[in-house]
Amino acid sequence: MAETIVFIIFAAVALAGAVSMITASNPVYSAMGLLAAMFAIAVLYVMLDAHFVAAVQVIIYAGAVMTLFLFVIMLIGVDKPDAYGKQVPAQRVITGIVALGLFGSIVLAGRAAWITGSNAFGTANLNGTAEAVADELFGTWMIVFLATVMLLTIAALGTIALAYFRDVPEEEMVG
Amino acid sequence: MTVTVSWFLVLAAGLFSIGVAGVLIRRNALVMFMSIELMLNAVNLTFVAVSKELGLIEGQVAALFVMVVAAAEVTIGLAIIVSVFRDRSSANVDELAELKG
Repeated sequence: MAETIVFIIFAAVALAGAVSMITASNPVYSAMGLLAAMFAIAVLYVMLDAHFVAAVQVIIYAGAVMTLFLFVIMLIGVDKPDAYGKQVPAQRVITGIVALGLFGSIVLAGRAAWITGSNAFGTANLNGTAEAVADELFGTWMIVFLATVMLLTIAALGTIALAYFRDVPEEEMVG
Repeated sequence: MTVTVSWFLVLAAGLFSIGVAGVLIRRNALVMFMSIELMLNAVNLTFVAVSKELGLIEGQVAALFVMVVAAAEVTIGLAIIVSVFRDRSSANVDELAELKG
């Protein structure tokens, strides 16, 4: 029963955060909504016995990624007017229909496939501690792990290149 | 009423659909980016929920890999947004409709 209450509360927080993210006119409020949704998802990870993934979710997403987002919002300023921009006629209505249709078809496809939710929650024996995840990550998936290391290095180099090599006339160059 | 894994899957489908709606209605590049992050989070929730259902740890490893890719994508994407903003003083994607620099 306690699990049901926790699930309902944090599912509601995640959905409310997501909806406020896409409806807020100020990007800072959007970032706050996404932050709330990410914290709620971290709690749901704990419910699913994914303790290490929950910790990483809080540190990486709620910590690093959202800080980066807020930093960029600060850097480029908050452009308040016309946050929705030019719209195709009835764009919001069509978007709502598309999103609801997508949601319905995902749920129907999931039911038709094999996830029917017949297992009672918590029957599978799984414990996502850092040790259990690391055994798998540095055993079976070592090559993939090294590939992600390369990916992160390349992403960092690409970011530096984007910031450093600008197409500006010679006389404006400093130094 | 007990919580089953399918509840998490339905919630993840809902979050993903909200992310799709955000990409479709918003014209601010930053908010569109946040919507993409929300979709990645929804997929991660699916991975972890199915990992619980099957009793396999691989789903959590996959979620970690998705987080790594999302982090790389955020650094590159935000750098592109900042460099576009320095050229055009706008983060509105409607004003980036032409390819000519």
